[in-house]
Amino acid sequence: MSDKLIKVENVSKKFCRDLKKSLWYGVKDIAGEIIGRENAKDELRPGEFWSVNDVSFELKRGECLGLIGPNGAGKSTMLKMLNGLIKPDKGRIAIRGRVGALIELGAGFNPILTGRENIYVNGAVLGLTKEEIDRKFDAIVDFAEMEEFIDAPVQNYSSGMRVRLGFAVAAQMDPDILLIDEVLAVGDVGFRAKCFNTINQIMKNASVIFVSHAMPVINRTCSDICVFNKGSVVFQGKDVPKGIETYYSAFESEKQMITGSGKAKVHSIVLESNGNKNMKSINYLDDLTVHIEVTIDKSIKFPCIGFSFMDQALQIVAQCHSHYNQFKFSNNGKKTRISLHLGAVNLNPGIYNLTLGILADNVGEVLERRVNFNTIIVKGNFFGNAPIQINGSWAAHEIN
Amino acid sequence: MNHNLPEIIYTPESQLLCPRKLFGSMAADLRASRFLAWRLFVRNLAAQYRQTLLGYAWLLLVPVVQTLLWVFLNAQKVINVGATDIPYPAFVLTGTLLWQGFADSLQVPLQQLQAAKQMLTKIHFPHEAIMLASLGQILVNFCIRLVLMVVVFIWFGIPLTSSLLLAPFGILALMALGMMLALLLTPLSMLYGDVQRLLLMAISLWFFVTPVIYPPPAGGLAALITRINPVTPLLVTTRQWLTGAELTQLGPFLVVVIVTLILSLFGWIVYRLAMPHLIERIGS
Repeated sequence: MSDKLIKVENVSKKFCRDLKKSLWYGVKDIAGEIIGRENAKDELRPGEFWSVNDVSFELKRGECLGLIGPNGAGKSTMLKMLNGLIKPDKGRIAIRGRVGALIELGAGFNPILTGRENIYVNGAVLGLTKEEIDRKFDAIVDFAEMEEFIDAPVQNYSSGMRVRLGFAVAAQMDPDILLIDEVLAVGDVGFRAKCFNTINQIMKNASVIFVSHAMPVINRTCSDICVFNKGSVVFQGKDVPKGIETYYSAFESEKQMITGSGKAKVHSIVLESNGNKNMKSINYLDDLTVHIEVTIDKSIKFPCIGFSFMDQALQIVAQCHSHYNQFKFSNNGKKTRISLHLGAVNLNPGIYNLTLGILADNVGEVLERRVNFNTIIVKGNFFGNAPIQINGSWAAHEIN
Repeated sequence: MNHNLPEIIYTPESQLLCPRKLFGSMAADLRASRFLAWRLFVRNLAAQYRQTLLGYAWLLLVPVVQTLLWVFLNAQKVINVGATDIPYPAFVLTGTLLWQGFADSLQVPLQQLQAAKQMLTKIHFPHEAIMLASLGQILVNFCIRLVLMVVVFIWFGIPLTSSLLLAPFGILALMALGMMLALLLTPLSMLYGDVQRLLLMAISLWFFVTPVIYPPPAGGLAALITRINPVTPLLVTTRQWLTGAELTQLGPFLVVVIVTLILSLFGWIVYRLAMPHLIERIGS
């Protein structure tokens, strides 16, 4: 079971931004192909750039490669080459076995025809034989949970229903290689869970290449990772969390945004760790203290303060709130300095955006909220799967 | 077991550099595309007129109206086409049907390719299926219109002769010529919208320089144009087979058929070689 099903060697692909030029290059490439000329494919023509640049990887049965990167990084182009839709301009791709692609669900659906008729068309497009479809027809309808609608025209389906039917047909493929391109964005949570179960089932016996922007999914499913940026591979390997970190570092952090009623004015926020002030980064388990100088309107007697960490997936992963900590201070409208000692920070190494909020009594009106007022990098010699990395005390004893 | 899995290699080189592999994959894809072609054909057939009231009657309506128009113009002496072997309405109808068969063969494949754009750019499937499905569509359209011809032949009491048995070859030759041109036009027509527009114009002009509604002219510029027009010998000969008339253009007929067959193979190769480039350029 350890044989290589996919072998990609130094593959590159050109792309042209300008439509008119692109079409004309298309004509020239086809002409070159027909007369069997060895095109000068190494050189970029005016207006062209490398949309995939010198990419190599291998994948065995049972492995799942996550292909991640910002929009336009070349992931879909890579998938199209693996699927044999377009030819590489340089390099070599070797594929062994039956390729299944969950890229366009419900391809070939004709909206006027019924679900029943379309199952046969879609099945045929995906390369299933008549016997296979006949045999699996009930399973398909069952999986899509569409018994009542199967004889209604597909144009009367909701977009979610179309995807369900499309996935149900595609799930019947028995591929050696499965290509998945962000297809499960639609559909309700229950159906998505069902889809992932199916994909996991297929994965056991296939090589999977998975393109997605949903990092938790990538983290959960992939055994290998490949991060694309502007056509080139910027990270590659088995350390999936590290790859995801690399992916996030391709984005600039959001700018500070100040909201609130204006009844509070934050003058300064200073971070302190191990005697250093306003440092850009700390180590995992370093101490962190926040000093805030603020003036709050007299009308607010007992304000409270919230402080939170947001990770690169825009999830709030940790919070510290004066009200929850039962810390009370009375306000008289004068400038006040507040210090918050957070203790050892056990966040997963990565980049975090910080948000501070001054609220009225008992977590009421927002007086001032500073979203992304600062960014802090937590450094460590590992990248974990979960946002909180508990520093446990471990013990091992030999048992007689 | 895994060592028996077929291996596919994708490289930048032209497939023409390895002709044996190319012809092998052409044959394999043609075989693999049969079920899909059938499904696409059934789909298109079922969907074509489902959202209409008249349904398949639309296929009959167009040639009937056209024939009536030419019969009317001829009867009113607005146009004067001279003597024909058989009654003029039967002559025009036969010509129109055959012409329509040719025009369909040229247009339907290109239309179906346009309609399949989304599928082409996303899914890997044997592209021969689209051509086979188109061929099915063309044949069905033709057979439905054939009903009209039978009615008219009985009405005018045109004798049925043994040469009728040869007519299917003529009909297939007309379709082969149309599809061959469609295959050769595919690359440009997928890239540039101009081709479809030009084609519409060209077909309506072509109609008039083909002896569809008039017998082949004997002299002058018109005679020269109809003679170099490859549709002429096919259409004229097929009509003569259908009506049992004496054959006048068998030699040119055979020449056109042979050239068409050779160019069809070439067209098929062009179609295959062009497709990855087309998908790349029309992509997303």
